[in-house]
Amino acid sequence: MNTLLVSLRRDLLLAGRRRSEVLTALFFFVVVVSLFPLGIGPEPALLRRIGPGVLWVAALLATLLGLPRLFAADHADGTLEQMALSSQPFVLQLAGKVAAHWLLCGLPLVLLAPVLGLQFGLEGDALVVLMLSLLIGTPLLSLIGAIGAALTLGVRGGGVLLSLLVLPLFIPALVFGAGSVEAQAAGLSVRGHLSVLGAMLALAAFFSPWATTASLRIAME
Amino acid sequence: MFTATDLACSRGERRLFEGLNFSLEPGEWLHVKGENGAGKTTLLRTLIGLSPADEGEVRWRGADTREDTDDYRRAFVYLGHQSALKEELTPIENLRLTLALDGFAADDEHLLDALRRMGLRGRENLPARVLSAGQKRRVLLARLLLRPADLWVLDEPFNALDAAGIALLCTMIGGHLDVGGIAVVTSHQVIPLPRGQELAL
Repeated sequence: MNTLLVSLRRDLLLAGRRRSEVLTALFFFVVVVSLFPLGIGPEPALLRRIGPGVLWVAALLATLLGLPRLFAADHADGTLEQMALSSQPFVLQLAGKVAAHWLLCGLPLVLLAPVLGLQFGLEGDALVVLMLSLLIGTPLLSLIGAIGAALTLGVRGGGVLLSLLVLPLFIPALVFGAGSVEAQAAGLSVRGHLSVLGAMLALAAFFSPWATTASLRIAME
Repeated sequence: MFTATDLACSRGERRLFEGLNFSLEPGEWLHVKGENGAGKTTLLRTLIGLSPADEGEVRWRGADTREDTDDYRRAFVYLGHQSALKEELTPIENLRLTLALDGFAADDEHLLDALRRMGLRGRENLPARVLSAGQKRRVLLARLLLRPADLWVLDEPFNALDAAGIALLCTMIGGHLDVGGIAVVTSHQVIPLPRGQELAL
């Protein structure tokens, strides 16, 4: 556990020294989401209908934006090798890195979502459900994305390949995440949607670090 | 005791070496020589388990290193071509984090002392990106002073070092051997240390 925290703190410290990378993804999220109301025009009913989907798709893309850099720098300067050779478990160090990625790329999206949701006329309970779905969904995106980032590490044109690999895997999260807000709007219970999201998160939290570790060990051979 | 038996490695289709044997007792060191591309780095990466060997085995204190990885990883320190330094961080932060990820803690006193012994007095709090190549190499070598290890695996450690740096590193390796350590070093330099075996690839 201590290993995980050391690795997490290290990535947060590094991110603190190069803030622009973190802010780019956030700014991207805000701009993409804001373009839709401007492009579609002031039709409250339509905006309220598409709002959750737009926010979720923008969150997927913003997460994707930071993924190629998740392991690239550590791979290029040899830190990843040293981590793999460390006497501490590699899988926990990587879990720490993914946790840092979520804290920097995922959590801010959750916190920004209600503000941006207002542009789509989402209110009250809808915003709460949106935040909840993103709170469960964004760590899922980071965990799945980490496997993709590890598999495409060191591959030429890895960024595009990463999108092709990871975006289809994001679909279930998108369906149940955006679906939960729509269910709330239709007056249905959102527990089903959120439970499925939570189950996917639990599965990913268990398997993703191992899959990421295995992919990185192959990438370093 | 560190031994390799019948080790064989390839890179892609090309066989780099085969039937490679050596055996090192405490206090002995191995000088790996060879032309560029002869497979020196591959040999070192195979010894520490980063790359798999085609054939043969590596044993540390009698145990197969592929099976007993935890003990083995605690026993060696590997310094590769790459600096593993973060440009944004200062030398002292870099060292502290590398040690912490490896499961070792060091207080600032020891970190500063190690950096000063490597001739980096006054550079402790500059970001690593403003350091010269030789100074970065010295930061990297400071790990050898801080991380207790019985086996040093050093890939071209003399690169970018000046004459004083080379002498300093030779003294460090000598001191390591004197207390019963083992070292495997690749280098094109002549290293004036006793009890050395040579391995030409």
